[in-house]
Amino acid sequence: MAEKYLKAPLTDQDVSELTIGDQVYISGIIYTARDAAHKRLVELLDKGEELPLELEGQILFYVGPSPAKPGAVIGSAGPTTSYRMDAYTPALLDKGLKGMIGKGSRSQEVKESIVKNKAVYFAAVGGAAALTAQRIKKAEVIAYPDLGPEAIHKLEVENLPVIVVNDSFGRDLYQEGMKKYQS
Amino acid sequence: MKEITYEQVVETVSELCMSANYYLGEDVIQSLKEGIAKEKSETGVKVLEQLVENAAIASANQVPMCQDTGVAVVFLEVGQEVHITGGDLYQAVNEGVAKGYVEGYLRKSMVNDPLIRKNTNDNTPAVIHTKIVPGDNLTITVAPKGGGSENMSAIKMLPPSAGRQGVIDFVLETVKNAGPNPCPPIVVGVGIGGNFEKAALLAKEALLRPVGSVNPNEELAELEKELLESINKLGIGPQGFGGVVTALDVHVNTFPCHIASLPVAVNINCHAARHKTKTI
Ligand code: SF4
Repeated sequence: MAEKYLKAPLTDQDVSELTIGDQVYISGIIYTARDAAHKRLVELLDKGEELPLELEGQILFYVGPSPAKPGAVIGSAGPTTSYRMDAYTPALLDKGLKGMIGKGSRSQEVKESIVKNKAVYFAAVGGAAALTAQRIKKAEVIAYPDLGPEAIHKLEVENLPVIVVNDSFGRDLYQEGMKKYQS
Repeated sequence: MKEITYEQVVETVSELCMSANYYLGEDVIQSLKEGIAKEKSETGVKVLEQLVENAAIASANQVPMCQDTGVAVVFLEVGQEVHITGGDLYQAVNEGVAKGYVEGYLRKSMVNDPLIRKNTNDNTPAVIHTKIVPGDNLTITVAPKGGGSENMSAIKMLPPSAGRQGVIDFVLETVKNAGPNPCPPIVVGVGIGGNFEKAALLAKEALLRPVGSVNPNEELAELEKELLESINKLGIGPQGFGGVVTALDVHVNTFPCHIASLPVAVNINCHAARHKTKTI
């Protein structure tokens, strides 16, 4: 298991150096989006309209934080289960999205799209939401404020800990990891 | 006859909602630490370390350990000598949940209707289970339950011929299907017997037992041990990244049942195995 430090947004070069099981610390700018925001983004793409964010090289974090306490940047912010985004993900990857942070397995279609588009799927530790929140230095809603916690937030993160689950070579940590420790 | 006021119930429920979400039980923390020593996967160890650190940050800053602060599941043990004054007991519970979730900066995850799906904005209504017991105390337990692990739970009506092995197979199948989704390491509550709804409630109640506790019934203690060992051989590991610590504990509750049935319910809880209790 390698430890790597990455700056977001990501380049093709960054992604090509990642393999499953790597512990990656992400710093820089990432964006949040859950089901409802994904639905709207893909609807815009279908209509050929402009998106509220430039997807090239970006990382989307599947999260719906708890409310921020007064003075805090954000509330607790751990990953939500990713399969709910599967239907929308390939279209976003085709538009240049490079990374996703969530938890749980992706569909075959998403995994194929990750390879095709040279992207990466990370898992953050589900439930480690108080720790994750500490690594978020700034948060700002940039689209869909009507969605509340599901609005698209622009986050500035520092050493956000994530693990590579699906790399750009088609490997899957959930499958390989489980096989390795089965007895 | 002891009198307990509506306000006392509101205050107690509100406090319990916050404390359950901020402070992970010592039993769970201890078990996570023991997991660090047992885990063979390096990634798995990292995960468990993060979870212990996360619990410490949550309690120090009084913030929820997980952003999914769940459905408020409330267990009431009402002494038959208790008289609630000043209003409706269930309304008091719901007012307490609303107060706790709003004032405690907890996420509101309840929608008004399973198909219309509009957020109620205060996490009400609670799911309330009531038992009438002897005595003049009111014991309230709040057990917030996240969606990720609840969605991976399952129930099956087995034929009695399936027996003990049938139960084991169903529990293993359920945990395997759940994979990484319920945020392992998990705690598994198993309800065997009763009927359809009784089995589900037995499984839920099993999650309230302290992690690491041994079933007083010897046969069930043996079954729990066997289930735990088999689950941890599946290889799922912390967060499903592979490893030997997939479950922290398995708790089994049983109840007599009909000659024709063998109901089994498996309620999966994540490592954020939250519940707090107070007796008034
Ligand atoms: S399954 Fe539990 S730990 Fe995981 S996100 Fe849901 S509530 Fe949090």
